[in-house]
Amino acid sequence: MFKKLVTLGLVLLMAMGLFGCAKDGAKDDGKLKIGFAVSTQNNPFFVDMKNGLEAKAEELGFEVLTVDAQDDAAKQLSSIEDLIMKGIDVLVVNPVDGDAVVTAIESANNSNIPVITVDRGANGGEVTAHIASDNVAGGVMAADFIAEKINKAGKVVELEGIAGTSAARDRGKGFNQGIDKYDSIEVVASQPADFNRAKGMTVMENILQSQREIDAVFAHNDSMALGAMEAIEGAGRDIIIVGFDAIDDAVQAVKDGKIAATVAQQPSLIGEIAVETAQKIANEEVVEEFIKVPLKLVK
Amino acid sequence: MTAKSKESQIIKLAAKFKSAIGLIGLIIVMSFLSEYFLTVHNLMNITRQVSINAVLAIGMTFVILTGGIDLSVGSVLALSSVITAGLMSSGMNIALVLIIGIGVGTLLGLLNGLLVAKGRMQSFIVTLGMMTIARGLTLIYSDGRPISGFDKSFRFLGAGHVLGIPVPVIIMFALLAVSYVILKKTPFGRYVYAIGGNEKATELSGINTDKIKIGVYAISGFLASISGIILASRLNSAQPIAGTGYELDAIAAVVLGGTSLAGGQGGIVGTIIGALIIGILNNGLNLLNVSSFYQLVAKGAVILIAIFLDTRSQKRD
Repeated sequence: MFKKLVTLGLVLLMAMGLFGCAKDGAKDDGKLKIGFAVSTQNNPFFVDMKNGLEAKAEELGFEVLTVDAQDDAAKQLSSIEDLIMKGIDVLVVNPVDGDAVVTAIESANNSNIPVITVDRGANGGEVTAHIASDNVAGGVMAADFIAEKINKAGKVVELEGIAGTSAARDRGKGFNQGIDKYDSIEVVASQPADFNRAKGMTVMENILQSQREIDAVFAHNDSMALGAMEAIEGAGRDIIIVGFDAIDDAVQAVKDGKIAATVAQQPSLIGEIAVETAQKIANEEVVEEFIKVPLKLVK
Repeated sequence: MTAKSKESQIIKLAAKFKSAIGLIGLIIVMSFLSEYFLTVHNLMNITRQVSINAVLAIGMTFVILTGGIDLSVGSVLALSSVITAGLMSSGMNIALVLIIGIGVGTLLGLLNGLLVAKGRMQSFIVTLGMMTIARGLTLIYSDGRPISGFDKSFRFLGAGHVLGIPVPVIIMFALLAVSYVILKKTPFGRYVYAIGGNEKATELSGINTDKIKIGVYAISGFLASISGIILASRLNSAQPIAGTGYELDAIAAVVLGGTSLAGGQGGIVGTIIGALIIGILNNGLNLLNVSSFYQLVAKGAVILIAIFLDTRSQKRD
């Protein structure tokens, strides 16, 4: 009998706990609750995005619950489900994978939680707004800058990102479109270095072996540009380097005159705009479906 | 001596040196394909690039010879590299920094060894777990950001030269020599082969196999941290995502070098040859400006062909 009572007591206690949680989850103190599912914090870009988003939210007095998927699509799915359970008002998601995230977005849709995607898009589900920089425009920007620097004639090298990723595709597309406008500029080598600094250096070292004449290098991201910089310094050659993303190290290298420029996506601005968009959606204002965040050249 | 036995001797010899023959073949082919390949400068370039993977692969050879595997080397490399960089940029004495950096990697290796030997767990799973933990610790320590701002003297390790030879290459050959001696001339080395050949028998003959196993994982961690430090010095920056996938390149180098994944057979010299084959392949694909999509196919195909030939020749034995 005693045992039964204890069991009953425990069950009641657990039920109360659950009830308490649920109540806590649904509590509405008028404070907008934003769930932010970021793909990784393994990369300064997404760290800046998160910081921009959280700072803006704090400024506007919103609450942010951030979950980091560590580039694991399955983990992202389950952590978004957790966010939904916690009763968020708007979901801001930076997908690990555009296809894998669809299930998570659909669960948010089912709970009537509006979804904003940032940086990477989703290939399904109902997304109210997508916020990202225009990578193709960034590639064109880099090409124009290089053309201006080398007087519209010369040989350039392109260090590509991971084959098949949208960033590599779009930046490369924009860059080649941009270069095609100038008849006397030739792309003498396009090689993948996987967005990676060590690879950027190795691949550039190898290209330096085979190309005696190089005027400029465009790298699809700064890590590769910085790796290429080490290779070029090591070889004692004088080559204009342009990177992409404006991470801290690259901005410093631009200041030191070691690389010519970096195309800056504005990750923290992406985060800020995400919060503003979330606010508009919560206020039932109409928002654009694709919000292009401007790029800028840090030179 | 009959003609037939002479012939079979040649086949045996060819089998023994097959990875070296593969390497020479690759060098000849590359020399014809690219005029820039066979220059002193480029060869120096390749050996310098190979040194990081080669140092990892030396440690991997010890582990694989015992019949184990170490998947954690890439993450351990990254952890040692960010800790070294972080302590250095905080202004700590450089010698002390290097000792701590290498100590951390060795310690994680030791832990791997303890879990495998005393915990009786599969090395694949133990080191898979360690791979994840070390990567996590790397991210925690670095806050996901690259760390730079090194002492000028530190750059000597990765970017310096002695008598015109890059320092990483010298380190690689020094470690190669020491490892060769350990494996071939010491009781420890003989027991490493013995465990890979037949662990039960080795244990029954009164050898403390646990000690040997812990030793090989510690060596692997030790070498992973050395390559992490070289990489940071070479890049002038410690990257939190450095070394992702390096364990696979190291394993590929070991296997291309003729060491059997089952353990007990192979050696260090083959491993260096395997690392050179991978390095030359990467270099060659860049020199030839092969498009990114084809590069992946080419690399995978070479590894598969090499392993295929290897298993066939082993079957013939």
